[in-house]
Amino acid sequence: MIDLSGVLEQLKSRFGERSWDYSEFHSNQRLVVAADQCFSVLEFLKKTCGFDMLIDVTCVDYLHYRGAKDRFGLVYIVLNTVTGQRLIVRAFLNEPELTIPSVVPLWEGANWMEREVFDMYGIVFAGHPDLRRILLPDEFIGFPLRKDYPLRGRGERHNFERITRGEG
Amino acid sequence: MEISVPENVALTKLDWLASWCRKNSLWPMPFATACCGIELMATGASRHDVARFGAEVFRFSPRQCDLMIVAGRVTMKMLPVLQRIWLQMPEPKWCISMGACASTGGIFDTYAVVQGIDRFVPVDMYVPGCPPRPEQLIQAIIDLQDKIQREGSFAGNEFITEARQQPKRALQEFELGQLPRSLPIVGGKA
Repeated sequence: MIDLSGVLEQLKSRFGERSWDYSEFHSNQRLVVAADQCFSVLEFLKKTCGFDMLIDVTCVDYLHYRGAKDRFGLVYIVLNTVTGQRLIVRAFLNEPELTIPSVVPLWEGANWMEREVFDMYGIVFAGHPDLRRILLPDEFIGFPLRKDYPLRGRGERHNFERITRGEG
Repeated sequence: MEISVPENVALTKLDWLASWCRKNSLWPMPFATACCGIELMATGASRHDVARFGAEVFRFSPRQCDLMIVAGRVTMKMLPVLQRIWLQMPEPKWCISMGACASTGGIFDTYAVVQGIDRFVPVDMYVPGCPPRPEQLIQAIIDLQDKIQREGSFAGNEFITEARQQPKRALQEFELGQLPRSLPIVGGKA
């Protein structure tokens, strides 16, 4: 686990003490920020603190999760390739306001990862250059990784034409 | 009047002869999407050597194949592709559903995975296993050869019998009318 105290000092001087929450768990270093501050914190991390690589953008649906107050938790994992520092930045979103600024202007590689989060959870990334489904077919309705989506689907896996021997 | 058959002449039925030719030169189309595909490759490779059964010419163009081997799970996004490939294959053609996933969906009982390809395309042979060993696939090919020899006809009449047109029993509970109409029909000819 690489020390992050310098980064935290910089964050404190830029954003103040109360606007974010830092914790460690199993050598994961995690930062929880408010959704409206998420972009500026990530921008600061990239441009000032040297976190030049975005490892992943993903999302967690906390519906029915014990003790959870918010519905969706967005997760950004950033890496400083010079020092090896790694930081997990999280922001929480609730319905109906499922919009967060896209980080594609900061890291070009966020493009497909944000499309995947949109595809599976329906989180809208404002300012994304090409926000459409990436894994599921374009005709798909709904967001299947949400916890309220039925596991066996809503009939889409049966919704095909049958081909019999006569047609073949 | 005595009818004599000259030497080097054999008499047979045209149906039997056509089936005999077809069964001994199956050209597989490998529709391999998962780990069953690895076993399919092993079947074609030297150790198991499916060439012994005349089915070694794997072609990646459906236009040149007459046996589709579906090896692996098929997702709802992949099924229109599978159907299209099946329709592109020339008659007469057969289909082997290899492994638990292609036959039933296997452990993948989720929104995205088709629960058995036989709901949407005709299947001649099912190979159980997860994944099946190459010997099992070879047994399926032998059984298919037997089926072709028994049922096959020169004009392909066995494909247009009434029984073949009946939907599988597993399908009868999924009449299209029961599906939510809000969903669009994906792929196929609709």
